[in-house]
Amino acid sequence: MATLNLNGRDVSLPDDPRTTLLDFLHQHLSLFGTKKGCDHGQCGACTVIADGKRINACLVFAFQLEGAEVTTIEGIGEGESLHPLQKAFIERDAFQCGYCTSGQICSGVSLLREMKNEDPSAVTYSQTRHSKASLKEDISERMSGNLCRCGAYPNIVDAITDVIALERQ
Amino acid sequence: MTTHNAKTVGTPVNRVDGSAKVSGQARYAAEHMSDRTPLIGWVVSSDTAVGKITSLNTEQAEQAEGVHAVITYKNAGTLKPFSKPADESRFTQSRAVLNEPNIRHFGAPVALVIADTLEQARYAASLVTFTIDGEIPDLLTEFDDATQKPASLDGGFEADASSGDKPQQSDIQASINETYTTPSQISAAMEPHATVADFKDGKLEVYCSVQIIATAVEALAITLEMDEADIVVQSPFVGGGFGSKLGLHYDATLACIGARYLERAVKVVLSRRQVFYNTPHRGHSIQKIRLASGDDHALLSVQHKSAMPKAKGYEFAEATGAGARVTYKSQFIESTHRVKDVDLPLIDSTRSPGDAIGSLAFESAIDELAHEAGIDPLTFRIKNLPVVHPMKGTRFTTHNLGECLRQGAQNFKWQHKTQPTPGKQIGHGVASAMRMNVLVESSAEVELSATGEVTVRTDMTDIGTGTYTILTQIAADTLNTSVDNVTVKLGDSRYPASCGSGGSFGAASSGSAVKKACEALIANIKSSLPPALSQAEVQILDGQIKLVSIAQGDDEEVSRPVLLANFMSDSEFPISATGSVSEDDTSDDEQYSCGAHFAEVEVDEYTGEVRLLRQYGMFSAGQILNMKTAASQIKGGMVWGAGYALTEGIYHHRDTASFVNPDFGEYHVAVNRDIAEVSLDFLQEADYAASPVGAKGIGELGITGAGAAIANAIYDACKVRVRDFPITMDKIIAGKN
Amino acid sequence: MQPFTLHHYNGEKPLSSLPLDTRSRFLAGGTNLIDLMKLQVETPKTLVSLAKWDKANTISEDDNYYYIGAMVTNSDLAKFAHTQPNVSLLAQALLSGATVQLRNRATTAGNLLQRTRCYYFYDTTKACNKREPGTGCSAYNSMNRIHAIFGTSESCIATHPSDMAVAMIALNAQVHTQQPDGNTRQIALRDFYREPGDTPHIETQLDEDELITHVSIKKKANGTQYYHKVRDRSSYAFALVSVAAGLKIEDGRFKDLSLAFGGVGTKPWYPQKAISFLEGAEPTQEVILQAAEAELSKAKTFGSNDFKPELLRRTLTKVLLELAEHQVKHPGHEGALYDNA
Repeated sequence: MATLNLNGRDVSLPDDPRTTLLDFLHQHLSLFGTKKGCDHGQCGACTVIADGKRINACLVFAFQLEGAEVTTIEGIGEGESLHPLQKAFIERDAFQCGYCTSGQICSGVSLLREMKNEDPSAVTYSQTRHSKASLKEDISERMSGNLCRCGAYPNIVDAITDVIALERQ
Repeated sequence: MTTHNAKTVGTPVNRVDGSAKVSGQARYAAEHMSDRTPLIGWVVSSDTAVGKITSLNTEQAEQAEGVHAVITYKNAGTLKPFSKPADESRFTQSRAVLNEPNIRHFGAPVALVIADTLEQARYAASLVTFTIDGEIPDLLTEFDDATQKPASLDGGFEADASSGDKPQQSDIQASINETYTTPSQISAAMEPHATVADFKDGKLEVYCSVQIIATAVEALAITLEMDEADIVVQSPFVGGGFGSKLGLHYDATLACIGARYLERAVKVVLSRRQVFYNTPHRGHSIQKIRLASGDDHALLSVQHKSAMPKAKGYEFAEATGAGARVTYKSQFIESTHRVKDVDLPLIDSTRSPGDAIGSLAFESAIDELAHEAGIDPLTFRIKNLPVVHPMKGTRFTTHNLGECLRQGAQNFKWQHKTQPTPGKQIGHGVASAMRMNVLVESSAEVELSATGEVTVRTDMTDIGTGTYTILTQIAADTLNTSVDNVTVKLGDSRYPASCGSGGSFGAASSGSAVKKACEALIANIKSSLPPALSQAEVQILDGQIKLVSIAQGDDEEVSRPVLLANFMSDSEFPISATGSVSEDDTSDDEQYSCGAHFAEVEVDEYTGEVRLLRQYGMFSAGQILNMKTAASQIKGGMVWGAGYALTEGIYHHRDTASFVNPDFGEYHVAVNRDIAEVSLDFLQEADYAASPVGAKGIGELGITGAGAAIANAIYDACKVRVRDFPITMDKIIAGKN
Repeated sequence: MQPFTLHHYNGEKPLSSLPLDTRSRFLAGGTNLIDLMKLQVETPKTLVSLAKWDKANTISEDDNYYYIGAMVTNSDLAKFAHTQPNVSLLAQALLSGATVQLRNRATTAGNLLQRTRCYYFYDTTKACNKREPGTGCSAYNSMNRIHAIFGTSESCIATHPSDMAVAMIALNAQVHTQQPDGNTRQIALRDFYREPGDTPHIETQLDEDELITHVSIKKKANGTQYYHKVRDRSSYAFALVSVAAGLKIEDGRFKDLSLAFGGVGTKPWYPQKAISFLEGAEPTQEVILQAAEAELSKAKTFGSNDFKPELLRRTLTKVLLELAEHQVKHPGHEGALYDNA
């Protein structure tokens, strides 16, 4: 039986190969934390983590992730206690309507790992706003795959910056 | 010694729904299961703008795997025709679709395919074939084609207004006469419109994403020709509205039709492309502005003429001239609005109707006049501020625009520009913001348990505005308890009817209703107390409801608190009270929230690319209920302003009256990197003439003027004035060449 | 999305065992194909998933070449190229494209083969010769802001949207393929794409049953490199105009110029005329503008994209002058123009 590992639990893949990971989460597993904002990889609301990499759940068929380890928002934070990024989001008011928030957090959690790993971004190579690499501009660029129509961007960047500072201590 | 609960209104309390939202637990419309697993409905849309369906083939779709029904105008059941009755407001009129073979606009629904799974419904939808005998659609292309005078404008403004006498030519020292254009735009809330409807035993249960609940119930009752008593609408969390969810739209009608037809639960989630056609957008505008100033840079003449499209059969028009009528004093002010009926999807409220796009034009024009007159644009604005309403001579409840401009400029460091890097130019821009404030009828109920738990109920919604939190704070403060002790329940049509979210009136109106409900509750409590305690203050702490006599004068000694339990038995609980506000609770004087926007931009000398460096604003909106959520609202509006100035626009395909870019790939809302530093300050001054809680609206204040400050900063940087929004680099290059 | 039969290819069994024809598609990352399948722009009857083709998910090198497997993700390739100063251009181009989420799934081959973003290609209610040959081109006489100015025909003016391909063209990458009969072949990326002509639905030299196995790039000194992408917002948007350039300045003249344009061609554009003009010339604004004119002599614009020639001139001028200035200040420099690492 083909399976993928979802938040630590093996689940059987859906019969209909047309089922995207996102629709699999909603229709088959009733896991609604991951949101559908556009269904075409243009907004990032459906961002989840697969084998340690953040991806858009709407643009991958569930069967393509056979054997993969997938983490959704439901798998971030340990039970009742929130991940430091989730706490920072609340402190910094890094959300308003909350619809893009699951995607922002999955993206943000991955970003923390990516930056620790010194993965490059477009800001690494650009003529930046003040002609020197600014951490905030780098975070902004790395989070540009997550639209927020409520405009919580500045607070999102602040929340991530807070956690980076916390981790550096 | 008693311990008071510290007052929370005005402080930055964390959102009470924060934990739920950051852990993906908040439930939005499409996520409600109801008692029965919903079937999935997929919308089939017209590929022609306006015309009549001449053939419609659903057989193949009906026979496809998993399909339960294909609904068309032939079998949709009883529906009151769209936009009837005419005397209802547009939010309560019929929202019928699939009731006739006529297609009103491109992308209108032609059928709803209902199947077990999304994959089955979506595929079967592609099997529905149809032909439409199309007519050439009407669109607005030229200013002069807008000849219809709207009966009224959003916000209650008259289409035409005029005051004072035109100046003599000899008095005019400087003048400008320009045309500005803003494109069609869309709310683009992150949550696509979605509805889960269940029809069982003649009763309809609806989970949807809507800003105003009470009118949604009425609209469904009228549309489906049902009794309001048989309909329940719930919308506890809304993933963004921005005007596009004030009323119900086609997803709701279709889901209800489907549920009624099958007597099952049916879910309809619009695809992002479908959102552009099945829900409202903002029409484009052509604004002609003439300004003149005289000696000492006094404004002598303000003329604003607006042309916009109006969707046929749907009465909505924006007051783009509202800012021209109220922001600056001028000897002569004239403002007119004309519309043209077009064959487009619904044109309705999008955040800050009128002012969002009116300010882009008007505040650019004011800047142009200032430059023409050879005076700093900030100084020019300050010089021409009104003390009373410039056209009517009436009083403002508060008017701090001058202070916002002056103090704001200092905080922004208006005079000081960052040294540009080679190949870049830096500019500063300013714009004023005036956004009308209203108080709208709203009711709430508050309930108190014997152990002091407070529950607030109202059909009010939280669309990201922070309603759950501010109502919690207001109840907590009024009842002298902690926020942890208060539960606010929203978005259910069985709760007392509120004003809903919209028009920036939600917080002050519903907040005031909650305050009044709590005050009524206290009065109820006191009515069962002996006279000696009539002056006592109710306090709720540690599961106990206490009555505390407040010491008189300087006597620090406070009597020991008495428990309410001494006067009321447990069986009398829970006790409840309701409270309401109406127009009677607000002054007849002019009410506006206001602010000053500042922006710093960098423009590339070669490519004309614009980068935002800083956005700052200083705002006056009465009592700020929650510093954290209010700041977020304003920042969010400023981000919208950046999008309106630089990136957003729906392009039209003329021949078919369709949209060229109906998705997030090509309709460019601002991304994180487009936004740099955004900061703001509030001028705190409670305005109790505006509302019992002293607050005024802020949801639309942040966007008003934000874009214009950026446009003005671009001019300052590279001396190119672009009057056609959004300001993309090709327009800047054209201006340079 | 119509039902399809699913097959898997893991590189072990032969390609000939798979039902490959005009209605079959290889599924790599899926970020383009699944997008188009949901809209029924692509309607494959057969999908061959490459998810298990691990051998193709490697980057290797010898003394002369880098070998980039077809299934290497854009993120992994960007990370690798980031460590190799002589192909910094490739990292820059990759990182300017899409988003982290998309780059984590998008593959080398998938990126090269991605379809256009033309509004009318995406809209199945609009005539499109690329999507449905013979139905017409809706971009003519309508909004065509993002459309091409080079390589267009009466049938089609749609732009190729890839950034990676532009850098690879500049770096003269080679595409390596495998056919069901067992043959392999190598095609220069500069020759790989086809202009639309009368057959806009045929976009590359590949046969319908041919599979890209890897891309190779010769190791050589490319000087200072810069990928500048001009677009309607600062990230997560396709290029209106992009310039990929690498160059050295020796004896005060352009040397070993690598150059390609994005956002302006029906295929990633190799500006042969401009390069011939620039190689060995002095790095001045006048020279650059003349080179641009030489290339633009064949450009056609269609109304809403009339701005592109001037934007290209300006972007090219900015990029080449900044690169030249950097080379003059740092002779022998090899790597990115801006390096904030």
